[in-house]
Amino acid sequence: MKQRAGQLNLAALRQLALLAAYAFGGLALVVWLLGLAASRTGGAVAGGAIDAQNNAITIALRTEPPQLDYGRATDSSSIVVLSHTIEGLLSYDDNMALIPGVAERYELREDGATFWLREDARWSNGEPVTAHDFVFAWRRVQDPATASAYAFIMYPVKNAEAINRGELPIESLGVRALGERVLEVEFERPTPYFDKLVAFVTFYPINEEFFASTNGRFGASANMLLYNGPYVMNEWVHSASMRWDRNPGYWGEHKGWLDTIHVGYITQDVNARLNLFKDGQIADTQLVPQMLGEAMERRWQIDRSMDGTVFFLQLNFREGRITTNRNFRKALLLAQDPVEFVYKALKEPSYLPAVSLFPFWVRGVDGYFRQEHPPPPHEYNVAKARQHLELARRELGLEEFPPLHFLADDSPIGAITSEYYQAVYARNLGLELRIDKQIFKQRLAKMDAGEFDIVASGWGPDYDDALTFGDLFSSWNLNNRGRYASAEMDAFIRVAQSELDPARRMKAFADIQQLVHDDVVIVPMYERGWSFVVDPQLKGFQRRAVGPEVDYSYAWIEERGGE
Amino acid sequence: MGQGMAWYVLKRLLQGVLTVWFIATATFFAMHNVPGDPLLNDRAMTPAIRANLEARYGLDQPLFNQYLIYLGNLARGDFGVSFTQENREVNDIIREHFPVSATLGILAVLFAAVGGVLWGALTALYRNRLPDYVIMFLVILGISVPSFVIAALSQLGLVAVNNLAGRSVLPVAGWGTVFHMLTPALVLGMSTMAYLTRLMRSSMLEIIDSDFVRTARSKGVPPALIFSRHQLRNAILPVVTVLGPQIAAITTGGFVVELVFAIPGLGRFFVEAVQQLDYTVIMGTTVFYGAFLVFMVIVVDLLYGFIDPRVRLQ
Repeated sequence: MKQRAGQLNLAALRQLALLAAYAFGGLALVVWLLGLAASRTGGAVAGGAIDAQNNAITIALRTEPPQLDYGRATDSSSIVVLSHTIEGLLSYDDNMALIPGVAERYELREDGATFWLREDARWSNGEPVTAHDFVFAWRRVQDPATASAYAFIMYPVKNAEAINRGELPIESLGVRALGERVLEVEFERPTPYFDKLVAFVTFYPINEEFFASTNGRFGASANMLLYNGPYVMNEWVHSASMRWDRNPGYWGEHKGWLDTIHVGYITQDVNARLNLFKDGQIADTQLVPQMLGEAMERRWQIDRSMDGTVFFLQLNFREGRITTNRNFRKALLLAQDPVEFVYKALKEPSYLPAVSLFPFWVRGVDGYFRQEHPPPPHEYNVAKARQHLELARRELGLEEFPPLHFLADDSPIGAITSEYYQAVYARNLGLELRIDKQIFKQRLAKMDAGEFDIVASGWGPDYDDALTFGDLFSSWNLNNRGRYASAEMDAFIRVAQSELDPARRMKAFADIQQLVHDDVVIVPMYERGWSFVVDPQLKGFQRRAVGPEVDYSYAWIEERGGE
Repeated sequence: MGQGMAWYVLKRLLQGVLTVWFIATATFFAMHNVPGDPLLNDRAMTPAIRANLEARYGLDQPLFNQYLIYLGNLARGDFGVSFTQENREVNDIIREHFPVSATLGILAVLFAAVGGVLWGALTALYRNRLPDYVIMFLVILGISVPSFVIAALSQLGLVAVNNLAGRSVLPVAGWGTVFHMLTPALVLGMSTMAYLTRLMRSSMLEIIDSDFVRTARSKGVPPALIFSRHQLRNAILPVVTVLGPQIAAITTGGFVVELVFAIPGLGRFFVEAVQQLDYTVIMGTTVFYGAFLVFMVIVVDLLYGFIDPRVRLQ
């Protein structure tokens, strides 16, 4: 019996092996066929991170750019792609200074601005970029039918807001083409920072004839755009890959030194991007705190830069909230220490403890704003905090403070933030925080509805001017989601908006900074930064605080010497 | 038989349509009940800007009207335009990205099925001996370790192999050639393979000593034939049963693998749409996947009749 079973087993095994052979043969065939099919949906890249021979690099993007119709774009991925391929009236150099773009010179006045366009700015179909292209694009942004979420950034232009509300025809917008090459802008109110605004994607030009030919699919694919920037997007496989080639028709020599930039990979997974970098497939990648140890072991040069955003606890000033009490807010400010939070809890070396509504890189009259107008230093003083808390308790006529509603993002950083402040306020003030973690859009919905006492939130810049932070707590700003309102603040902001003298204007920002501190409008937490690593052969790559978060337009490949 | 069969198919299809309608309705109202909406953004909107956007997307209509409009469009096969990828039709998103997920899924299922059947049969033949123990240990690992861990580890492994070899043996991530698919498909099919191995093993063990096998043996059927015709064919039935839903689950459940390996598949849209509250993409992918799942279950039920003559479809 045993022998027979063995015989059966042997025969069965032989049979199994035969089947396996068939199966693997079949699998190989299927794999090959699938491979043929997949080559049409991907965009396999050869050449690796740095391809010195072809002067090309390969990079990864965090997300698929959701909106390349720049009249409607709002997100950072789209801005990265657009800033490499399309150029507005002005742009930035590698030192964040404003430089000429399509406009070779301009003049700002109290009531408007004039831009003189260069002769040799060309679209990728050979047509010149004209003043009319700007008029068309700007009118389109304000057209209610376009439904541009960033239409507000153009509201300083005469009649823009009324047009956007549907109260005036789009032709009444305060922008005119005086011939092919002169653009005349009329302001709604004095706008001394208008030159900074026009570098933003919402102000980019559109060729009307081409736009009409896209049949409502403008920006939907690589051939549904015209390019006038240093690069031309020749290929775009959605969510997979892109190819940007140097634009031979670009007027300048100062940008676009690489011949080709491949976007070879699109994934939000930072670990996957790190693996691609280690494998030599992409030229740069972001490092999160857990990766820093390995990066140091590998002796990589770790670079740091600011991402521009300031994070703070925003307090609720709606009626009935405890946080309307100034002494209570003072207690919240004094009882915590952003330095400890950043270096002990977040452990992210690229972050800076925040002391002001204005991040350190904001420019003043000549140098940095905060060097010209230093913010009041942070005082971490628990005893003093408790005194203020006691005052607040008496003013509010409370026996005991009820638990506070603490709203935060449902993200790893949101978790660290809420746990840290929960512990700190419990230890130092005996306050109880009820943590309410929500995904991003639901947090915003709750902030708009005022369902919080304290919310951990941030604010990033739209343009390179102090006002992008400075007007946040005006009574009319809808992003002022704690609904802070004071006549004093509004008065300072009005000056900051329209004062033409730079020194007086910066003084207004200093007043805003002081008031935010004295009135405890926010509890500053940190200025967010990036730690990242770049292939040693790639030079001139930048991460920016304003504009595109990554910028390759000034990057070049250094030949490996003497190896 | 022929007419009965036609009736059966028709009945199942009608049930399927009803199920899909139910999925669409439930998703629609659940989605609109979540706080927040797709238009919310970091930058607060003036009432005018918000009204412009609402009008553009038809969100200014009462909810029930939106539902009716949605059903009308759905009946015509139009899923609408994405809220986050504002220039793309949901139909285009599905058309461009489902084939990627499907390719990966088919390959993963093939790996899983072939591996599962072979390993399962092997462990049954070697029951309670070393190969059995080794394979079953791996099976338990495959079932219990979540796919994001396996995906991350295998990617690290690829980096190590490539670094050692000094050239790119297999790509670390990306999509476009056969070589890009192998690792992710294997990772994606891993847990199913483990599951099928266990299933195959137990059903094989049940059959190996059954009466009809003994009868066949006693009447002198060659051992090879006994194995392939009597044992394997019977033991494989439960595997086929679970294969249908598994195909659907694998092709739709590749989110993590697609993210880690930077693959432009539909799974990413499915999950990211929920995070972004992208109404139209949530609806489109859910309804599409729902219909796909229902369809696969029907197909398996029909296939069953061919594989096992004892099963009569009614």
